[in-house]
Amino acid sequence: MTFAAGGGSVGRRDAWYHKPDVRRLGASLGVGLVLALVTGKDGRSGHFGSGIAAALGGVRVPSFLAVGLALWGVATGINRYGDEMRRALAPATAARKRVTGNATFRTTSLLVMLVVAIGIPPMLSSFWQGVLVEQVGIFMLLAVGLNVVVGWAGLLDLGYIAFYAIGAYTTAYFTGTLPVQPPIVLNPFLCFPLAVLACLLAGVLLGAPTLRLRGDYLAIVTLGFGEIVRIVANNSDGITNGSRGATNIPHFSIHLLGINYDWTLNSLPYWYLIMVVLAVVVLLFFRLEHSRIGRAWAAVREDEVAAQASGVATVKIKLLAFAIGASTSGLAGVIYASKIGFISPDNFLLILSISVLAYVVFGGMGSLFGVMVGAALLTWLPQFLRDYVPATDRNLYIGAILVLMMIFRPAGLLPARRRRTELSLHDIPEAETVAVPAPGSMGGSI
Amino acid sequence: MNLNEFVQFTILGLTRGSLYALIALGYTLVYGVLQLINFAHSEVFMMGAFGGLIGIQALIGANATLMPVGQALIYLVVGMVFGAVFGAVTAWVLERVAYRPLRRRGAPRLAFLISAIGASFFLQNLAGKEFGRLPQYFPAFIDKSQPVFQIGNQRMNLIQVIIIFSAVAMMIGLDLIVRKTKLGQGIRAVAQDAQTAALMGVDIDRTISRTFVIGGLLGGAAGFLFGMFANVSFNMGFLPGVKAFAAAVLGGIGNIRGAMLGGLLLGLVENWAVLFIDIKWTDVIAFVVLVLVLMFRPSGLLGERLGRAA
Repeated sequence: MTFAAGGGSVGRRDAWYHKPDVRRLGASLGVGLVLALVTGKDGRSGHFGSGIAAALGGVRVPSFLAVGLALWGVATGINRYGDEMRRALAPATAARKRVTGNATFRTTSLLVMLVVAIGIPPMLSSFWQGVLVEQVGIFMLLAVGLNVVVGWAGLLDLGYIAFYAIGAYTTAYFTGTLPVQPPIVLNPFLCFPLAVLACLLAGVLLGAPTLRLRGDYLAIVTLGFGEIVRIVANNSDGITNGSRGATNIPHFSIHLLGINYDWTLNSLPYWYLIMVVLAVVVLLFFRLEHSRIGRAWAAVREDEVAAQASGVATVKIKLLAFAIGASTSGLAGVIYASKIGFISPDNFLLILSISVLAYVVFGGMGSLFGVMVGAALLTWLPQFLRDYVPATDRNLYIGAILVLMMIFRPAGLLPARRRRTELSLHDIPEAETVAVPAPGSMGGSI
Repeated sequence: MNLNEFVQFTILGLTRGSLYALIALGYTLVYGVLQLINFAHSEVFMMGAFGGLIGIQALIGANATLMPVGQALIYLVVGMVFGAVFGAVTAWVLERVAYRPLRRRGAPRLAFLISAIGASFFLQNLAGKEFGRLPQYFPAFIDKSQPVFQIGNQRMNLIQVIIIFSAVAMMIGLDLIVRKTKLGQGIRAVAQDAQTAALMGVDIDRTISRTFVIGGLLGGAAGFLFGMFANVSFNMGFLPGVKAFAAAVLGGIGNIRGAMLGGLLLGLVENWAVLFIDIKWTDVIAFVVLVLVLMFRPSGLLGERLGRAA
């Protein structure tokens, strides 16, 4: 930055503490101290210094400063020799790309994953089977649905969990577990189409008046909608049983053509059910992504005005994305309601909408496989951390991981091909004009 | 409904609304220069409340008793400064850690949102870990419910007067900064067109950083006032944060006077609604009003005005 203005003299910009190495050292030592705080003891209410003093007391400070120093060494090393290392590894990278880009490799890995998904769960303890169903499976389904709205159509939806709630409450209603009785009591399986229908309707009802709004306005309106749904469910005692929620929602069962099977408290059958539903949904979406509709979504996401000018019916196409995402969420709601057997408004807090969004972006917006991996990883992680960190600190680590991930891999874990291209295009001019901060160029896609 | 009740809820609404407005200004300022929702602003607010609490407890102890009004007011101002500084430092660090590296890499806009959400999780739980997870109260060094003056036969008590007065003072100050100072000029220039502003010699990074600091000062002070009014806890930021964001959008995001108007209006509407319907529906009212306004005025009440004088 040579043409610094707005107060500071050029000399201050060249001061020793602005040297990249020194700044990196400061940042690394800071990270070390934060690590010391994060892994330290809890403070006590009313004694503000106690937690910090315990975390930084004794040998902890020097040892964590040493960790910071080591980090600095690694970062400096990468900075100095990174290019050479990359050059040295270039043949290996190229070979890896050749293999991973190969069609047979993709099919084989898909098959391997399928085998793992079918074969491994029976060997797990019932706790982990429960996690697989109630966390991993359900949220994978939700993430795949939200991916249509956020990743493909580029609509920021912060009230996504409302549709999940609508799906779950539809199930509760049609299985006769709410204070208001349905015309006929149905098997949860028959609730799938009804929940999809209800969510489609809700999606269109919410979308039709609001989808004209641009980016962030849409975000706050959907957030508002999510809260409205939850509060209405919480306050309408006569219809939804208020905060006590619906209890004893029956499990799935099949009594058809001589086949009699009941899903019970056991999680394993639910896992396979989710896998089937997920497989169908993913297959449909995979076909959708490169269809006319999928391309229209991409056009709307990249530049709405240009898309409209090219004859894309933008409002209709956005509404479609909204409705499809909503109905996927509804499917997850049905499975969840029937698996747990109990739902209450507290299952549908705003924080869940935000979490699903985080899973989608973490995994790589727009990439079907990426969002599934993102959801699976981030729902598995808290349960995994359960054994190692106090329950209350879990979100601390998750928050830190989200920030780090976005700093080092802003397009997500397994970015969609289109986004990867966009980002690498951005890198070229950035490398040539390192000194110029260009925040204006961060607009781009949503 | 009678007039007395109306006056009472208007006072409550103005109190709450001016807090919303202060927080909303933080959202709107950052939106102005970066066009993104600073989702972690609610944590700036929370840190401000803790900053005020820590400062006050360090100065007069946790079990301080009632003081003469003059002395108490001095401590109140000191506490507010503590809150504002804590808020500003939090906001500055936030910009440095969670936003600037992403900006350098040209990350997609949603990445900023996720980074902010992560930072929000982190800060919230760090505060819970270090400062305890139970709600905490300010020492009773000031008689908050002491009546100051009467409207009809409704009294307006001390804490309400303090909140409204200091909020108005800060908003006027902000308005002056943005309109009259060089920094304000820079903020407006970056909001209008960042690249052109850079060509004109505005240091964008520094302007953005300072915008965060200003938002943090206001948010931190609001956190302190809110903590005085109610209590301080690590998850206190969430609901006021969401409401204030709604208020910023209501007024037209990026529009500074819009944020003030939106905040006050949201507070008033929420409290007036209590006159007509059950109190448990007030949160719904806030969002229904928001949705209705946006349907008919899609860019907020005063409209988006990136970069123009307030």
